[in-house]
Amino acid sequence: MDIDINQYLSIFVEESKEHLQLMNDVMLELEKNPDDLDHVNEIFRVAHTLKGMSGTMGFQNMATLTHQMENLLQAVRSHEKDLTNDIVDILFECFDELEAYVEHIVEEGVEQDSINKELLAKIEKSLNGEVAVEKNETKEEVKAEPKKSGLVVDEYVLDLVQKAKSESLNIYEIKFVLEETTMLKAARAFIIFNALEEEGEIIFSEPTTEDIEDEKFDREFSVLYVTVKDQTSLEEILNSISEVEKIVINEYNLPETQAAEKVETKQRAKIEEKVTTKKAEIEIKQETTKEKVVKPKENNGGAPKIAKTVRVDIDRLDNLMNLVSELIIIKTRMDGIAIENQVKNSMTETIEYLDRITSNLHDAVMKVRMVPIERVFNRFPRLVRDLSRDLNKDIKLEMSGEETEVDRTIIDEIGDPLIHLIRNSLDHGIELPEKRVALGKSAEGTVILKAYPDGNNVVIEVADDGAGINTEIIKAKAIEKGIATEEEIRYMNDEDAVMLLFRAGFSTADTISDVSGRGVGLDVVKSKIESINGSIEVDTKMGKGSKFIIRIPLTLAIIQALMVKLGDEIYAIPLNSVTEITTIEKQLINKVQGQEVVVFRENTIPVVRLGKILGVSDTREEESDEYLVVIVNKGEKQAGIIVDELIVQQEIVIKSLGSYLNTIKHMSGATILGDGSISLIVDVNSLI
Amino acid sequence: MDSRDNMYVTFKLDEEYCAFPIENVISIEKIQARTRVPNSPNFLEGVINLRGDVIALINLRKKLGIPEIPLDKDTRVIIVNCGDIAAGIIVDASSEVMEIDDSKIDDAQLTEENKNHNYIKGIGKTDTGIITILKVEEIFKN
Repeated sequence: MDIDINQYLSIFVEESKEHLQLMNDVMLELEKNPDDLDHVNEIFRVAHTLKGMSGTMGFQNMATLTHQMENLLQAVRSHEKDLTNDIVDILFECFDELEAYVEHIVEEGVEQDSINKELLAKIEKSLNGEVAVEKNETKEEVKAEPKKSGLVVDEYVLDLVQKAKSESLNIYEIKFVLEETTMLKAARAFIIFNALEEEGEIIFSEPTTEDIEDEKFDREFSVLYVTVKDQTSLEEILNSISEVEKIVINEYNLPETQAAEKVETKQRAKIEEKVTTKKAEIEIKQETTKEKVVKPKENNGGAPKIAKTVRVDIDRLDNLMNLVSELIIIKTRMDGIAIENQVKNSMTETIEYLDRITSNLHDAVMKVRMVPIERVFNRFPRLVRDLSRDLNKDIKLEMSGEETEVDRTIIDEIGDPLIHLIRNSLDHGIELPEKRVALGKSAEGTVILKAYPDGNNVVIEVADDGAGINTEIIKAKAIEKGIATEEEIRYMNDEDAVMLLFRAGFSTADTISDVSGRGVGLDVVKSKIESINGSIEVDTKMGKGSKFIIRIPLTLAIIQALMVKLGDEIYAIPLNSVTEITTIEKQLINKVQGQEVVVFRENTIPVVRLGKILGVSDTREEESDEYLVVIVNKGEKQAGIIVDELIVQQEIVIKSLGSYLNTIKHMSGATILGDGSISLIVDVNSLI
Repeated sequence: MDSRDNMYVTFKLDEEYCAFPIENVISIEKIQARTRVPNSPNFLEGVINLRGDVIALINLRKKLGIPEIPLDKDTRVIIVNCGDIAAGIIVDASSEVMEIDDSKIDDAQLTEENKNHNYIKGIGKTDTGIITILKVEEIFKN
């Protein structure tokens, strides 16, 4: 059809990706439970959908490949072939190939010209000799979308013809010759097909429907058509279609064929159903046809949920978010004005109401932008599978909390760091099976990927039960690479030593493997996570394993903050890092190795004189016997920040300091206060 | 030809007149309440809220090593951008927008000892006198 496909391209890409993801998930499941035919059916269904979609878009290579996948899967599900590892591998290869096709389409807008012949040959090979399989496949094909190639009408079509005959349906061989001047031949052919399918079923066409769709025919095409109508009424219908030069209708007689009993009932039902179906639109018709095939077969196969959704460009959401931010600023400003002018109750009430609405609006917009972290997680099972094979390790990935939701922008940023950490765990963490057994561990290593919400943060943990991190080796490496001085190392505790991993230029892998150690170290992971206001820490025990804990904020745009005063300056401390606010008597502060500390709730925590660090000239901290202290935390670590005065807890809109200022120490951003002035946001992570 | 070619925003700095190419200039603002940025270079005069955006202010006198004068009602902030960086440049007073033909602009003929010569793009000769055209990208360098 000669429609502008570009407008459908993005939909195609999005949907293909979703289908591929589903396929990936199911294939991994299938690998675990090779006997579960439901999974095979599911993959078959997805492959089929993809074939239909790519065919519609004119992506022939993709359609060909999915078609071959269908063949293979059909062989499995009809028990003609066992699901061997080889077949699973081929399926994975197909999946990769399909993913590559889609990527290519994303980048170029068109399909890549080459098709992976090797892969097709592999499929062919594993199917080889399976005549019965071919037959079954054909059945599936014809039922799904009436298209099958080959000059000779194959056994199955003959079978259909015979069935139709036995039900006294008419079978015609109809030849169409389009007028020479026909502009949209494919479209014209579709109109013909459409007209025919309203009254019966096309069981065979020459050339194939795919080719007809792509206008890969001259002016002629023929179909085998099963209908209840007689020849005269058929002629009537067809003659009403313009731009057709000639129509030749002949009754079709078949040679003797044998038929399988089981096909019969199903097929009869199918044809009857078909005959009564009246669908005007071809696309819809193809869809419904597909469903008809699938439904009766997969009643127990867990059909995918279809949610009522709208796809929205992320830019529009960003815009919406910005507007909400502006609204919150102006609301805060009204708060300020109300307090200053001591306005009457009715005004305060109104402002409180406005406050509630803006908060709700903010939450609503936030929710729209939230996506389950599954989006990132779902590529990891495959990653772990492939990597553990490459590394000859036996590794199981356990995931939990995939449903945890985070802001879309964070999703985009968090993928790479996580891949890196998982690779690290697989490569450096988990030992080889023999070694594990020797150490009294199970041969199979486990990597646990866990996400869960924690207040305004989302925590993601990557844990393994591998060797753990040897701090001595790290220390030695750090000195060797000139990352830290011997002096520095000498007094370093294990915790700090582990953090050396995150310094630039550090990589402990002795041999550069394909998996990790490409020169990109954990420092990149750390800076990436910090760029989204997150933090990372490590918990490791020698011989027991390591756990990397990433903390990221739920959202990047609007946060709750504690506004504090230092001298005359107002700073914002993100509330998600504040654990409590307290007063501490001056005399309780001690010095340990030059660092001021205080014992707070039985923990010794460092004291941070924020005013001094920020160079505030006239702090009032010495005016009384007590310090006002904001206890902040970063993961397990705590610190007490001395401030002059607490102002208020409020919602703030984070504004970037801009690229000119983004390297300013201890500041993570700025916000605009109610009076229009700017207050800087303290980067608590940098203080602990 | 773009009508903005050869157009310059001139301003007063110390006893001299200087200029930025107009394509770098977003707007000219009066000096307003600003927020100090801790641990920033001395020439950074803080940040201001410019219609919802946070903009850093660079005191051009400090940046070029010219003795400071108090900011007053004549003080202007020229908001300039270069690449994806935008900042406000604090100058003594702004003057006007004028056209200086390329043929009237000489290369900066300064001795190596002049530490500010990196900042200078050229010297424009006009009827009212000499105007030093500055490079925004150099001023943005720390």
